[in-house]
Amino acid sequence: MSKRDQLQAAAADRVLIFDGAFGTQIQNRKLTEADYAGDLGLPADQKGNNDILALTRPDVIGDITRAYLEAGSDVVSTNTFSANRISQADYAAEGLVREINLASGQIARALADEYAAKDGKPRFVAGAIGPTNKTLSLSPDVEDPGYREIDFDELVAVYKEQAAALVEGGVDFILIETVFDTLNAKAGIMAVKQLERDLGREVPLMISMTLTDLSGRNLSGHTVEAFWYAVRHAKPVTIGLNCSFGAEQLRPHVKVLSQIADTLLMIYPNAGLPNELGEYDELPDTTAGLVKDWADHGQVNILGGCCGSSPAHIAAIAKAVASSEPRAIPQPEPAMKLAGLEAFVAA
Amino acid sequence: MNQPSSSARFINIGERTNVTGSAAFKKLIMAGDYAAAVEVARQQVENGAQVIDVNMDEGLLDAVHAMTTFLKLIAAEPDIARVPVMIDSSKFHVIEAGLKCVSGKPIVNSISMKEGEEAFLQHARICMDYGAAVVVMAFDTVGQADTKQRKVEICKRAYDLLVAEGFPPEDIIFDPNIFAVATGIEEHNNYGVDFIEAVQELRVLCPHAHYSGGLSNLSFSFRGNEPVRRAMHSVFLYHAIPAGLDMAIVNAGQLDVYDQIDPALRDACEDVILNRDPDATERLIALAESFKGKSVADEKAAEEWRGWAVEKRLEHALVKGIDAHIVDDTEQMRAAIADRGGRPIEVIEGPLMDGMNVVGDLFGSGKMFLPQVVKSARVMKKAVAHLIPYIEAEKDLLPEEERKAKGKIIMATVKGDVHDIGKNIVGVVLQCNGYDVIDLGVMVPWPTILASANDNKADMIGLSGLITPSLDEMVTVAEEMQRAGMTMPLLIGGATTSKVHTALKIDPAYEGPVIHVLDASRAVGVASKLLSDTQRDTYVAEVEDEYVAVRDARAGRTTSELLPLEEARANAFKIDLAEKPDAPAQPGLHVFDDWSLEHLRELIDWTPFFRAWELHGNYPAILTDEVVGETATQLFADANAMLDQIIAGKWLTARGVAGLWPCGRDGDDVVLDNGVRLPMLRQQVKKSRDRANMCLADFIDPSGDWIGGFAVGIHGIEPHSARFQADKDDFSDILLKALADRFAEAMAEALHQHVRTTLWGYAAGEQLDNTALIKEQYRGIRPAPGYPACPDHSLKPILFDLLDAPTNVGLTLTESFAMWPTAAVSGFYFGHGQAEYFGVARVGRDQVEDYAQRREVDLATAERWLRPNLD
Repeated sequence: MSKRDQLQAAAADRVLIFDGAFGTQIQNRKLTEADYAGDLGLPADQKGNNDILALTRPDVIGDITRAYLEAGSDVVSTNTFSANRISQADYAAEGLVREINLASGQIARALADEYAAKDGKPRFVAGAIGPTNKTLSLSPDVEDPGYREIDFDELVAVYKEQAAALVEGGVDFILIETVFDTLNAKAGIMAVKQLERDLGREVPLMISMTLTDLSGRNLSGHTVEAFWYAVRHAKPVTIGLNCSFGAEQLRPHVKVLSQIADTLLMIYPNAGLPNELGEYDELPDTTAGLVKDWADHGQVNILGGCCGSSPAHIAAIAKAVASSEPRAIPQPEPAMKLAGLEAFVAA
Repeated sequence: MNQPSSSARFINIGERTNVTGSAAFKKLIMAGDYAAAVEVARQQVENGAQVIDVNMDEGLLDAVHAMTTFLKLIAAEPDIARVPVMIDSSKFHVIEAGLKCVSGKPIVNSISMKEGEEAFLQHARICMDYGAAVVVMAFDTVGQADTKQRKVEICKRAYDLLVAEGFPPEDIIFDPNIFAVATGIEEHNNYGVDFIEAVQELRVLCPHAHYSGGLSNLSFSFRGNEPVRRAMHSVFLYHAIPAGLDMAIVNAGQLDVYDQIDPALRDACEDVILNRDPDATERLIALAESFKGKSVADEKAAEEWRGWAVEKRLEHALVKGIDAHIVDDTEQMRAAIADRGGRPIEVIEGPLMDGMNVVGDLFGSGKMFLPQVVKSARVMKKAVAHLIPYIEAEKDLLPEEERKAKGKIIMATVKGDVHDIGKNIVGVVLQCNGYDVIDLGVMVPWPTILASANDNKADMIGLSGLITPSLDEMVTVAEEMQRAGMTMPLLIGGATTSKVHTALKIDPAYEGPVIHVLDASRAVGVASKLLSDTQRDTYVAEVEDEYVAVRDARAGRTTSELLPLEEARANAFKIDLAEKPDAPAQPGLHVFDDWSLEHLRELIDWTPFFRAWELHGNYPAILTDEVVGETATQLFADANAMLDQIIAGKWLTARGVAGLWPCGRDGDDVVLDNGVRLPMLRQQVKKSRDRANMCLADFIDPSGDWIGGFAVGIHGIEPHSARFQADKDDFSDILLKALADRFAEAMAEALHQHVRTTLWGYAAGEQLDNTALIKEQYRGIRPAPGYPACPDHSLKPILFDLLDAPTNVGLTLTESFAMWPTAAVSGFYFGHGQAEYFGVARVGRDQVEDYAQRREVDLATAERWLRPNLD
């Protein structure tokens, strides 16, 4: 059975559990520049380059992944949100993109296999790809709305480099997450399609959008519905929403996506909205109570956490939805579903 | 409607951002004036283009640069970028460069087998990687397909290749080539027919595919003669849309109203396009000369009022709803005001508003009725439309502020619902009374409603819906308004809405004022109170008190006692087996593609028609009613005149399907012999001694019986409705929709009668006139899902599957189970002699749980479906 089929089979039985944030967990460990830099001898400070810890403190990344597996995660992600050439260039580490992703993939793979062997339940690894800090749809220059910092083909190459290394490291899926620009996601899809042709096999995608305003649009202006139609050609094994705001604010948008997406739905919101100090202080039971509401309404297949969430949050979510029915995948009639920033369905 | 909704049957693709089609646009691009070029795109979207075609194929242009620059620029304009883009080029590398700039899901126009199948598939695969839909030209290595046979052969071959490659069939749009007719070359005469017939045939051969075409080719021989070209385009669409053409690159503003085309010209165009006569071309050419530059205005004979002063003429036209001279009179008024140094806005503020105030006063005092007011609004809209270019020409002035609208109201039919007659009527009435109405159309999701309210700084929002699931969606909108921290009033209207539901479910969800508006005549009163500095607070407090009273009454109410489900079942209705119908004469499915509209006309039940226009009373007595008789008579005459046109012009097609299936009964389920289960609901309210707790399943013999199902739909309304809207003719638009609804009901009646007398045949000798039919003096019932005896709308998908309604009747369901097209009826047939209508009313939690199990859904879903029947 392919990994796609295995995930779908597991998700048919129950609501599956994704992992939570890496960033918050790493911050709590108060690592020093020496921890980050290791003996790589890079010409720039590495403190804050969380992704490089896969090379310099693999034990830290392994511990966090293990904590999520202990908390009940069925799917764990790699700590590679910024492990792409563009973001790593800020740390002069763009030459290590392959190594970081390879190592991260291997860490997650080994732990997932260890836990699967223990209890016989399958565990999955999602190779996480962030949006980079460049956008294909928007101009950074208010005077010149037609200007772009990067073009489509460059971004495809950046994503492909990262995705290839993650797959080499043993991940089951490529997770294009925190999509604030829909065109960036389409470049990511193109990269994975090219990779599939190079490898001669399927590399299933997971795609997750982030909303930047409460009306339910991402930064490039797409509604949830338009976004789904714009990426549906990728035939992703999961579609969903992450980050954005807390579960409370995501509720209406989860409902919309749940009704239209003919694939598994994965939602991993932040642990509420940040307080005045920029900290997330939503308690695990609060988050769990909010996401349980979706599960109880049959609106989700996979639940996890994003910024501010911890193994305690994941454990609370796992407990809360243990007996919830998973969402049944809708089977919409074929129709031409186009999208500008808004959806347009030709019946 | 001012704004396109999120889905459509016939799609207008804007053609003006195309250098090959628009000289003006080409000039801007060649000059590098992209800012002005972006404005062209904006105007197209504002004018209703649902997709915009972008084409930069010009020899002197770097097409890749122009395409990518323009696409990136419009991506930065949310008003434009909200609609999908059609990337149009004959060069695939230009298309691919465009695909790299478009963030949504676009259409590629076009790919073809011109360079062979391998190149075609290569291009198709690239489009798939970018997730684009494609236009496929009927073109192969031999050349462009001209005959019907070639068009069909090439398109079918392309379809099979694409589908085998994994291309989604719903994302394929065929362009089977519209070629010029009336060229004087005999071989060209059949091109119009070839196109139409090819589409007709392909629609069957290629499931889910779409059909498009560029219209301007058709009339190429008549370059320079706009009246003839426009007539040809209108006539062509009139015939091609029913055949299956579902999109076209067209300037919608340049189409004529089919039945307003000069009959001689229309016949000549029809003869040419349909190739009905070898001399057709000669005749059209001869006729064409006389239409060149023809002015239509001064043909009508001057009547007495035409001699009055212009202000008086405007008022008269508004009050009487006469639009024949309104543009001329408005222009005369404008010129007169301009001569004395005034501004065009003064025409609106002065004579037109004065006229509308007279209308408003007459309506308010009950001396004018809704149909007349809607006609007045049509006149007003035409006058304003004439003035807008002048007002906009005064660049230093902001028309909105100058127009001093009494208030701005956002109106929408909520997501999942497609019914808009009532909403349109309310919109018109409010506009007549000086409110600025922004109509977002049907199927509007809440984010659009909220965003539009904020962007337009609206004073209030009005929501409409007809089917019961819309009630939930209205609660969602209220919740989201609350969530967004809004405070503006929320108006609730539509057939299923009620003061009780508003008080119990919607009002508590939103802290701002929530007002249930019973009908259109109340809308103005409500809006004016809400916008009045002095009356608002008192009024809002009064309404809130009423709602609190409703809630208290509800809370304190000793609700009727519910029996446990088992007891209710024990008190089921026991049928007398002697009255069981015989097995049908003709079991199975029976499809009717085109039921005679003349026949249906005889079966129209007019009373609900008048009710739709808020004229209360029974037909025919209403025609002589002391108060509304005159208006009702006039409306009846207008309706009959339109019926004449509908029937003569075959505007509409009445389609239907009926099925008769062997079945049995399993508890409260009717189970068809083919395994399909139809779970029904049972009354649980405790009955007085002799009365049963009814359930539709009770009418079925458990040991073997028969049940029927049907669906009927009225097709073809869209081009006419679009034409009326383009013509700012709300009256005709609403009238047409109301008549289509009547045809649907009449079709349900006709089909039921045919089933009773012939297909099932249990009442072969039935002799009933229309009055007896309306009074249901026949044996058997036809309860519809969503109505009291069978309140769960979600049975419709099961019924539709049994009937294959999408294929057999062309009916589809929205996410809330509303039928599309809107003029449609579906239901079940029960033939037992004792079968009767009843209302399920309130059901208990035990039945909901039981029902959820029987329907194999979770409890939450069942609760959502049955919410109107829960507390």
